[in-house]
Amino acid sequence: MLNKIYNWIDERLDITPLWRDVADHEVPEHVNPAHHFSAFVYCFGGLTFFVVVIQILSGMFLAMYYVPDIERAWDSVYYLQNQVAYGQIVRGMHHWGASIVIVMMFLHTLRVFFQGAYKKPRELNWIVGVLIFFVMLALGLTGYLLPWDMKALNATKVTLDIVESTPLIGGMLKTLLSGDEYIVGAETLTRFFAIHVFFLPAALLGLIGLHFLMIRKQGISGPL
Amino acid sequence: MQRGKGMKFVGDSRVPANRKPNIPKDYSEYPGKTEAFYPDFLLKEWMVGAVFLIGFLCLVVVEPPPLERIADPTDTSYIPLPDWYFLFLYQLLKYSYASGPYNVIGALIIPGLAFTALLLAPFLDRGPERHPKKRPFAIGFMLLAVAGIFYLTWEAAAHHDWEASKQQGAIRETADIDKEDPAYQILEANGCLSCHGANLEGASGPPLVGTELSVEEIKDISVNGIGNMPADIFQGTEEELQRMAEFIKKIEK
Repeated sequence: MLNKIYNWIDERLDITPLWRDVADHEVPEHVNPAHHFSAFVYCFGGLTFFVVVIQILSGMFLAMYYVPDIERAWDSVYYLQNQVAYGQIVRGMHHWGASIVIVMMFLHTLRVFFQGAYKKPRELNWIVGVLIFFVMLALGLTGYLLPWDMKALNATKVTLDIVESTPLIGGMLKTLLSGDEYIVGAETLTRFFAIHVFFLPAALLGLIGLHFLMIRKQGISGPL
Repeated sequence: MQRGKGMKFVGDSRVPANRKPNIPKDYSEYPGKTEAFYPDFLLKEWMVGAVFLIGFLCLVVVEPPPLERIADPTDTSYIPLPDWYFLFLYQLLKYSYASGPYNVIGALIIPGLAFTALLLAPFLDRGPERHPKKRPFAIGFMLLAVAGIFYLTWEAAAHHDWEASKQQGAIRETADIDKEDPAYQILEANGCLSCHGANLEGASGPPLVGTELSVEEIKDISVNGIGNMPADIFQGTEEELQRMAEFIKKIEK
């Protein structure tokens, strides 16, 4: 049955070359933990991606309840956490996932660094990877404000003060992020929401796509 | 790839009519024990993912995500703390040559240099050697940076009053308080409300809602003080003290 469906689609769209492109790639012995246990260090990148998937899925479910408005944001989070069935689990996954993804990414970065895997010809992939790191930190920073509780507001004020201390463009940057020169309020929340939910995930997916494309094109770095 | 005359297409589309065989590549001639990604290795990856997911969900179930009380811009006594992975930057800003007039150094120059160096690592460490033992400078700087991050995070966590920060953010219980009650006026007259809040929800002092103390204990604290609360704040009569203590005892969550 599945074969018939596959053939039906393949006859019309010739998907076999595409599928073989995805499926056919070698896993060399030195990265396979089944052969050398120490190769578990090669799992960190994949686990980072796994947590990113968890973040996207749990974030989509959070967005079903969350209201990006200073009057209702906190109440919607409180409701989600205390009234909605499994709401605490979904929010917990998003909250802890944000920490775990940083840990995994840190370990992945250290693995690549200590193995010198960023050297020619893989310089570009390293740069894209560091950009992913920055996007992740920015996601953590913008997500921190969204529950609109005391620590969210006050930590964001500190962040904006640091942004403002940038020479020359500090004031403009702060206004861009918070929506006002002085007030951290309604507009700040909607801006951070838009950045956290639309701008940064779009950048993240694009960068991760590039990251994977390059690793497939070049293959994983050889043994030391 | 077939090209030129004789190509057949599906209908009027540009999809070639002759099917390509759907067979996996052969890796037997590759060096070492090279394995195909699909399906065997992918299955192993999924097993690692499943174990990871179980551990992750255990953490999620054991530790509920924190939520503090709703943001109150008028409360300026709150001491903020960033998420743990920014603690090292936060700690850096506490040192005298990285804060105040030197704020730019701590907030931008040091983190900026570090992150730029990370971004440009392939162009700073240009030699052909990959083994850590043959790259003393790159490895040395990285170890220094990692040690610095761990040290600063540790310092920030050790010098933070976690108990106080838990209290300052706690969701405050509100209770219906009868402000016409003479006992409430006794509280007001003795200045209790300035620390414990007009609804006794707590401010710089703890909340008096649902204290779970006995009348005698409340009387004792009012007269003799406790913790940061000094003695002799209560200046009324014995009868007022009794009435006030009973009033506080009554307030339930």
